[in-house]
Amino acid sequence: MAGRVNGGRFRAVSTSIDVVVNGKARTVAEGTTVLALLGELGLGDKRVAVERNLEVIPRAEHATTLLTEGDRLEVVTFVGGG
Amino acid sequence: MIDTWKLGDRSLTSRIIVGTGKYKSLDETRAALAASGAEIVTVALRRVDLSSKEPTVLDAVDRSKYILLPNTAGCYTADEAIRTLHLARELGMDELVKLEVIGDPKTLFPDNTATVEAARRLVKEGFKVLPYCSDDLITCKRLEEAGCLAVMPLAAPIGSGLGIRNPHNIRLIIENVTIPVIVDAGVGTASDAAIAMELGCAAVLMNTGIAGATHPVLMAESMRLAIDAGRKSFLAGRMPRRDYANASSPTSGLIE
Repeated sequence: MAGRVNGGRFRAVSTSIDVVVNGKARTVAEGTTVLALLGELGLGDKRVAVERNLEVIPRAEHATTLLTEGDRLEVVTFVGGG
Repeated sequence: MIDTWKLGDRSLTSRIIVGTGKYKSLDETRAALAASGAEIVTVALRRVDLSSKEPTVLDAVDRSKYILLPNTAGCYTADEAIRTLHLARELGMDELVKLEVIGDPKTLFPDNTATVEAARRLVKEGFKVLPYCSDDLITCKRLEEAGCLAVMPLAAPIGSGLGIRNPHNIRLIIENVTIPVIVDAGVGTASDAAIAMELGCAAVLMNTGIAGATHPVLMAESMRLAIDAGRKSFLAGRMPRRDYANASSPTSGLIE
């Protein structure tokens, strides 16, 4: 549980969830979308593809796809190769 | 005469396809690609490095100039290769893909059985598949039957620079499939590329042969010239080999 001081009272406003991004554990706020995650990662303007639990999330659905507890995400791009 | 070749419904002029791996810098990548004259360049798909803000290969390759050919390097099963290409498609590629399913980490020889299986599935999904495979005619025929756009038999192990180990096999493949044959992997220097083209290959795919040279940009130019020379040699039709000499100058009218 994450809390925030609000009007002098300590009120729970969000719950965090644990996900794995490119093999590394990461905690994000509940309600985080794929698009928001990419923003947090500094990849908002980058050409990347996202897979969640082995399913590609099409770019058009990044803004509407909510992360859920335990999601395993792969964020990939092209690199030099032969 | 403009000598073009067809890859599916695409008409291409350049017969060299180059990889973008192993260069010292993105500037060197850019310069080598330009010197090679390639129209198609390969790229690999990997996790984004979240700790780095360095430019990536996509920043080095002008997509208005080059067709990007995503590969499945590092995949050891048909499922992994297909999964990789689904992600590549999401990155905005068209359907042209280089399929490689590796069978062994030491030789990087392809798993031909898994490659044929993956090719069948990918073709059904609408991908235009260019498969890396052994220099084995029967595998190439199976890949052709699967609907691949070309076959890409190896000349020698990936990154070995050993040249065309079995030109006879490559020739048999060229004579017995109807789709383009592209030699992929093992080309180490210009003469290797020329031999591939003299055998009648439609094109040659290389990476380390250029990137691993002392002066990669110069080698890229050398490869371009070799491909051109080998192709023209093939079209010209070489003289037959003879076991003994055959004088070039007249044998009559000699002074006595």
